[in-house]
Amino acid sequence: MATFTRGFHGKRRGGDDRLPPGQYLTDDFPVLSAGPTPQILPSEWEFTVETETGQVHRRSWQELMALPSETPTVDIHCVTTWSKLDTTWQGVSLDVLLEDVETAAEYALVHSYGGYTTNLPLEDLLDGKAWIAYRYDGEELHPQHGGPARLLVPHLYFWKSAKWVRGLQLLNEDSPGFWETAGYNNYGDPWREQRYADD
Amino acid sequence: MSADYLDGNALAGPLAEIFTTDVSAAVGRCASCGLTGPVASLRVYGPAPGLVARCPGCNEVMLRLVRSPDAAWLDLCGTACLRIPMESAEGNSP
Repeated sequence: MATFTRGFHGKRRGGDDRLPPGQYLTDDFPVLSAGPTPQILPSEWEFTVETETGQVHRRSWQELMALPSETPTVDIHCVTTWSKLDTTWQGVSLDVLLEDVETAAEYALVHSYGGYTTNLPLEDLLDGKAWIAYRYDGEELHPQHGGPARLLVPHLYFWKSAKWVRGLQLLNEDSPGFWETAGYNNYGDPWREQRYADD
Repeated sequence: MSADYLDGNALAGPLAEIFTTDVSAAVGRCASCGLTGPVASLRVYGPAPGLVARCPGCNEVMLRLVRSPDAAWLDLCGTACLRIPMESAEGNSP
């Protein structure tokens, strides 16, 4: 029987090299929630970006749909230790949404319908690293997964990918969000296993 | 809104790790709307990534509890006051 060493297989689909430390693979898409699921109609939805000088940029659902979209296929990692590989999304890159926004801010506080917030450095939203996603696995994003639209920042633990996103506040000073003020790590890099505040 | 929460009795076990008394039997006042009622009547979401207990009146967060392997973070900002039933302190009076 022929035997093969891992070194000759290249990057394995579903392999350990795509699984951050302490994570396990799942085919499910678990739903974790810190409150009731907001039911937001696209006709009511809007996305605002408020800069550090108080300038507000608004986009309606219709305007979001008119922007060029991308279809990223990404691995996602939840802090509760599940990871899901090759998830497929459709959404608008934050590079597009922030194109006409003048800012010198270094931080962003993400706001969601329902009151959830999460913070991250602005640079983690740029250069093809983040999207406002409105379709998952070829279908409209279900409300329990954040529909009509959620933030998608797959290189950080998934609590940073805020469901039911409604806007960004651009800030000169970092401002910890919902889980970041309750024991979770301020940055949340799964590859450095930054789960809790003191990790 | 979907009813994907538990009642406040779900807090009894996790809080028993921290308090010597059963806090789910306490009466709490919501810092947001002032509603006063038993902790057991709160709407509890979680347990992962953390327990989030919301006021049944206004839905604001009254308590958050995050447990790591070696620490617990307890946020009671949304709870103005807790009335906790205690054993009689008569014997300890001056």
